Amino acid sequence: MSIKKSVGERVFDVFNYLFLTLFALCTFLPFVYVVAASFATEAQVSTGELFLIPDEFSLDAYRYIFANNSILRALSVSVYVTVVGTIVNLLFTTTFAYSLSRRDLIGREIILNGIIFTMMFSGGMIPTYILVKNLGLLNSLWSLILPGAISAFNLIVVKNFFQELPGELMESARIDGCSDLGVFFKIVLPLSLPVLATFGLFYAVGHWNAYFSALLYINDSTKWPLQVLLRQLIMLSQGSIGDESQLDPTFVKPPEQTVKMAIIVVGTVPILMVYPFLQKHFTKGVLVGALKG
Amino acid sequence: MSSNSSSQLTLNVQKPAKSPRARAWAKIKKDKWLYILMIPGILYFLIFAYGPMWGVLIAFQEYSPFLGMAKSEWVGFLHFKNFFTDPDFMKLLINTLTLSLYNLLFYFPAPIILALLLNEVRHSGFKRVIQTFIYIPHFISIVIVVSITYVFLTTEGGVINDLVFKLTGERINFLGSPQWFRPLYLLQIIWKETGWGTIIFLAALAGVDVSLYEAAIVDGANRWQQLWHITLPAIKSTIITMLILRMGSVLNSGFEHIFLMTNSLNRSVAEVFDTYVYNMGITQGSFSYSTAVGLFKSLVGITLIQLANFLAKKAGETGLY
Repeated sequence: MSIKKSVGERVFDVFNYLFLTLFALCTFLPFVYVVAASFATEAQVSTGELFLIPDEFSLDAYRYIFANNSILRALSVSVYVTVVGTIVNLLFTTTFAYSLSRRDLIGREIILNGIIFTMMFSGGMIPTYILVKNLGLLNSLWSLILPGAISAFNLIVVKNFFQELPGELMESARIDGCSDLGVFFKIVLPLSLPVLATFGLFYAVGHWNAYFSALLYINDSTKWPLQVLLRQLIMLSQGSIGDESQLDPTFVKPPEQTVKMAIIVVGTVPILMVYPFLQKHFTKGVLVGALKG
Repeated sequence: MSSNSSSQLTLNVQKPAKSPRARAWAKIKKDKWLYILMIPGILYFLIFAYGPMWGVLIAFQEYSPFLGMAKSEWVGFLHFKNFFTDPDFMKLLINTLTLSLYNLLFYFPAPIILALLLNEVRHSGFKRVIQTFIYIPHFISIVIVVSITYVFLTTEGGVINDLVFKLTGERINFLGSPQWFRPLYLLQIIWKETGWGTIIFLAALAGVDVSLYEAAIVDGANRWQQLWHITLPAIKSTIITMLILRMGSVLNSGFEHIFLMTNSLNRSVAEVFDTYVYNMGITQGSFSYSTAVGLFKSLVGITLIQLANFLAKKAGETGLY
């Protein structure tokens, strides 16, 4: 259907495309700059040039970072918490969601209302802190994993998804003598891989980015995840990025600004790598359809 | 009623009539695996969601960690009274409400406008590319966002300040001055969340029947009229729902975000209820007092959501529930 566009509409279109492109660039340019700056050499920094694409590359900042114990330690803490945490999240969320997806379950409404209530009212920071303390979880990495094990919102979306699965499959399995447990593991889970992947990635990103709970519950600096260390180094300018014992003595320390840029890149790159996989799923409307339901 | 005629083979095999209770128990036994599968989830919510709710009661005590809740003294509304008469209360209220107001005025319309603009794009490839880019900041941690802000704006070697210096010969202390706090905070939120915020509106827009547009074009409607009469009404209820939710969180502020951006220099405008609870409770150990403040905040929030929901229903919208 070709409708002739008026001049005004064409002008609008041009401006629209321009504006959207500009906006998209704005979301991306800061990263480009940070990445470029992390490769900067001493010479470039001292001339104070504004540059996007450096002509000289130097990996010094990265060499410096990865020779540094506290950064490597924080990285491994973050990886551990992300992997274990996501497994716990998925386990707790899917089992609960599956049982709740069975509409004929006795007690279902009460439980669902109880869950929705927790979305509106919570005990707050201090009572939760006291609870974690009383459970003996202070300074343990489990304090980063257990208190957030299930997101009520995710639970409800996954439950809705399970509800939409074809009931006949499960019925026929049950007639064949399969227990509910078997149905869950052998039929429901394999059918739900896209949803598991999507929410697994959401939970994982949440763990990787988590910062405040570690600040609150963990005082032992050897157990800090990456984001906490990031804040220390960049915003508080505390802590030396200075454990140079493993470096070649002839190695010249790169400029501080460059090192900070490199640390930011290290904190962001895992997310950016995971992002394309996430993107595929949620734009397909997995979320949206379930949101409407 | 069992049949008494046995002259033919009747398939009237009747189980003895069960009471509803007995039937219920039989069902529960049959579903036993479902209940077992629920155990981790139920335990989680009982311990970590409902447990702390119980702890809210310490707001009415003079809680001491050594004595625990059972043995700490009860002081009734003392903490609430102290809080409302504290000179800082007004300042906190103003800071919190101002940030919420700015958020409502400047951030809230942004995803809507962006979604509307995206909706006007006919080229689906372009649209997808743009969407890919604008969603990214949502997945970046707030620590990274503030870190980037720091390295860009710092007076010693930050890109922006170097530029300002070249232009004016001076450097601006963005990070430490009270007047820059709110604009920076808003810019960060807009940068980080606008893209992601479009999803829910795009979803509503995608649900609009294309034939409505076609009919309108046949009737001679131009793009503005199409926007006004078809597009906007389509997202009206989504906007109202989001507004209701926003109302409920008027006393909330992005705690982590503000916490990261606050320093001793801009504290006078940056301190909000949430950071006050943290400072009083964790840093200074006034557990009961800060819990009282937190409780006050949550109750106001719930009341406001109810109020907003009620008003929305009165205006003819479906409301949140």
